[in-house]
Amino acid sequence: MPVIRAASLVLAHVPSLVRLGSKPLRSLREVEKPIDYLRPYLRDWDAARAYVPNQVFIGNVGVDDLAGHPTPWHRHPVADAARFGPDGEIMPEDEFLGLLAACDGFDLLALDRDVAARARTALATHPVVGRASACRTVPDGVAGHVLEERVARHGAVPLLGVDGALLGAVLPGHEEDDTLTGQVLLENLACKATAGLALRHLLARPGAVAAADVRYLINCGEEAVGDRYQRGGGNVAKAVAEWAGCERATGSDVKAFCCGPMHALMLAGALVQSGLYEHVVVLAGGSLAKLGMKFQGHVKHAMPIVEDVLAGFAAHVSRDDGVSPVLRLDAIGRHEVGSGSAPLAVMKALYSEPLARAGLTVLDVDRFSLELHNPEATEPAGSGNVPLTNYRTLASLAVVEKLIGRDSIDEFVRTRGMPGFSPTQGHIASAIPYLGHALRGLTGGRLNRTMFTGKGSLFLGRMTQLSDGISLILERNRKE
Amino acid sequence: MELRGRKVIALGERDGVPGPAVAECATRAGAEVVLTLTACYV
Repeated sequence: MPVIRAASLVLAHVPSLVRLGSKPLRSLREVEKPIDYLRPYLRDWDAARAYVPNQVFIGNVGVDDLAGHPTPWHRHPVADAARFGPDGEIMPEDEFLGLLAACDGFDLLALDRDVAARARTALATHPVVGRASACRTVPDGVAGHVLEERVARHGAVPLLGVDGALLGAVLPGHEEDDTLTGQVLLENLACKATAGLALRHLLARPGAVAAADVRYLINCGEEAVGDRYQRGGGNVAKAVAEWAGCERATGSDVKAFCCGPMHALMLAGALVQSGLYEHVVVLAGGSLAKLGMKFQGHVKHAMPIVEDVLAGFAAHVSRDDGVSPVLRLDAIGRHEVGSGSAPLAVMKALYSEPLARAGLTVLDVDRFSLELHNPEATEPAGSGNVPLTNYRTLASLAVVEKLIGRDSIDEFVRTRGMPGFSPTQGHIASAIPYLGHALRGLTGGRLNRTMFTGKGSLFLGRMTQLSDGISLILERNRKE
Repeated sequence: MELRGRKVIALGERDGVPGPAVAECATRAGAEVVLTLTACYV
């Protein structure tokens, strides 16, 4: 069986880009200066770094500690919160803007001269994308009047700081192509940069696979990189591999809305199991379009817009090393076409059936990682506590199967679930953020078996009424 | 509620009861489903 040897999870704090999320862009169209409207609700990096869900995301705080952390989380910051954690980092915006420019091989994203210089200086000493890495450095910036001209005359998207200053601009890639507008390219670059940062973190781990030994990557982000003739043409995986210095790698993109990462991990495991590749990296960058998705609820409740971070992750799937947690390819749960949409039938397809194939029940799983969206992001907007809903549905399945009593539902949820802590970054929030915690728990910790379930809202694309789902079992390596 | 002979718009939620499941129930109760939609709140 293949194993997952390492995972990285990163956040980039981008308050000034919240304005360019899909919902803020549409909702504030009539507002003369959206950044002025949003400013009172935008957090600085210190607040975002000390936000306990973000600290859980990078592995500095455990999920059980989060459950005991006082709420509301945005009013109870973590003392001495670190930028770096065992799984990754929370990068500040001034550096991330430089990373965006460094990821742009076509010089369409230009930064102001001073902004670029500051970013280059800061990134030069970065431990994984700094001067010592193979990554392209931040290009020189341009004068402010050049940026203004690009915005006024050439259709560039202005990058405005929280203070309203013009930090940069993104030119369209083609004057008649709706899939290469400055906005679309910025979304794609944000995806590439966060995926690239996650990959560099993965490759910088002690004992990590060498960049030259990564021969195949699978990107499962949701951005449709392409042009007018092939909107989702791809291939982000290869673009990230190039930027991160994986010279002998190629790759491809796997798409299934938020379920993409589960498909990608399954396929990576299959590529390793088949012997075709020894090392496969699964990765995804963040979704700029989802920044500020629920901002109206946050404004209404006079709280910070907590959807101010982009996320990224990378996971290394390899042959069994005798130590790392095993990815059970013999017990994959699948929401099939014929599974239908009735909740109980879907739950059985994703949990009971694959577990039974392995001679197990849900009580043999120590921890389930399902939808992990931060409820503090969704509840103010009336979208409910998505993780809790999913965990309670799973517990109900255990009741139906007579594994627990009805009065044990809360305990099941508390001990085998966890509070949501992921930014609402779609495919990444779907089970993935627990991966670093699970790897630690399944090696040095007390976990024996975990189950990851991703769900995808395929119906949003209007090609089917179906949703999607894949579940994967990750368990302790018995050779350990 | 008597649904027989009524026109129904089936609105569901991915993390609750999806639209097609609502539509199936309404159809079996004798309603005519004129639109099926599922929402995703994340």
